[in-house]
Amino acid sequence: MSSSLQNKGNRLPASVVPFRRHEPGTQPEYLYPAYRATRRRAPSQPLIFLPHTLSEVTGPIFVHSDIHPNDNDLTVQHPGEPLGERIVVSGRVMDGDGRPVSNSLVEIWQANAAGRYAHAKDNHAAPLDPNFTGTGRTLTDANGFYRFVTIKPGAYPWRNHENAWRPAHIHFSLFGPAFVTRLVTQMYFPGDPLFAYDPILQSVPDERTRQRLISKFDLETTKPEWALSYRFNIVLRGREATLFEG
Amino acid sequence: MDLTPTPSQTVGPYLHLGLTDTGSVPCIAGKGVKGERVWLTFRVLDGDSVPVPDAMIELWQADSEGNYKGTEGHGNSTVDGSFRGFGRMPTAEDGSCSFETVKPGPVPGPGDTIQAPHINVSIMARGLLKRLSTRAYFAGEPGNASDPVLALIPENRRPTLLAQPDPTRAGGWIFEVRLCGEGETVFFDV
Repeated sequence: MSSSLQNKGNRLPASVVPFRRHEPGTQPEYLYPAYRATRRRAPSQPLIFLPHTLSEVTGPIFVHSDIHPNDNDLTVQHPGEPLGERIVVSGRVMDGDGRPVSNSLVEIWQANAAGRYAHAKDNHAAPLDPNFTGTGRTLTDANGFYRFVTIKPGAYPWRNHENAWRPAHIHFSLFGPAFVTRLVTQMYFPGDPLFAYDPILQSVPDERTRQRLISKFDLETTKPEWALSYRFNIVLRGREATLFEG
Repeated sequence: MDLTPTPSQTVGPYLHLGLTDTGSVPCIAGKGVKGERVWLTFRVLDGDSVPVPDAMIELWQADSEGNYKGTEGHGNSTVDGSFRGFGRMPTAEDGSCSFETVKPGPVPGPGDTIQAPHINVSIMARGLLKRLSTRAYFAGEPGNASDPVLALIPENRRPTLLAQPDPTRAGGWIFEVRLCGEGETVFFDV
């Protein structure tokens, strides 16, 4: 065992800069009974606090060869154009200190304009669109910016409770620089009347932080005669201050 | 500017569309990557011991010498080019999924400690509003006794983090994830 450890040079645990912990109320708890599926899936024991080691502060790296040319334009992945309202969704991925998270994988998936996923298990009685899969993938640029072209997704029913409907949303998956910066979330659209009735959005206790999940209509990046635009900035965890940062 | 990290939301039941239909990574270490080749099977069960057919497992591990990909600058640059360290699979109807990889080497821990070979595990699913994080260690590994992370866990719950040899396959290991209730797996606040 020791022979492989002896030549690790300066890769010592002292160089591990931990990531900051979340403030109370800014993330959902596992158990949120109004979201029924949490009841049989949320852990019942308290989590074990894990001080960060090399295993937590490192993480997978994705490169441009992981991305295909049309992966960030969900409207050109089929022979015809999908039905619905074409939109641009763009934003910036930053860490908790406002620094850009560059060259980082962003994956999205969503329902079509009618509120139906191109997924074998979605049996909502709304039409599928042969020209829309609803899958996108991109890397953030050097300044942390990403951009997708897509179709505004529809709301859909989901049987969580009597007359339950999900507000329109796009699923976002991000990695950031470390195992502990992994984030999967959902982006909503401003002014949706379903917000108050949606236990998934409401599971975020802190009202102000919850609002962070709602994108902003962005006239500035709207493309005239072509597509409206929404901006969705994402913040991943930042590192604890080090001596070097003063 | 508010820089509170963005809250997590569930991956929902259709995660496959965005994450695993074209983004699955069942092989973490390609042919030729040195190390002891292992096949690691996960099985995810809910609070009623019912298999969870719509979860996703992601793995992050060091290579057989204990180096994480991307940390070459920190010292010894031995991470093989075709070793990615990352795996991702959806669970099937029986709640299981399998990965091919090499057994990770020991990794430095806090102070002078050494972490026993382990694989970092993320579990996401419908009904999980944020990911669950755990570690898969290998049963019978001598280093487990002095592992600083296992030492944080009450002794009676430590076995939940031990992958067990698969009696049906040489090099096979099985790691059962029990989300809640009897025999609940230890999950970490990372």
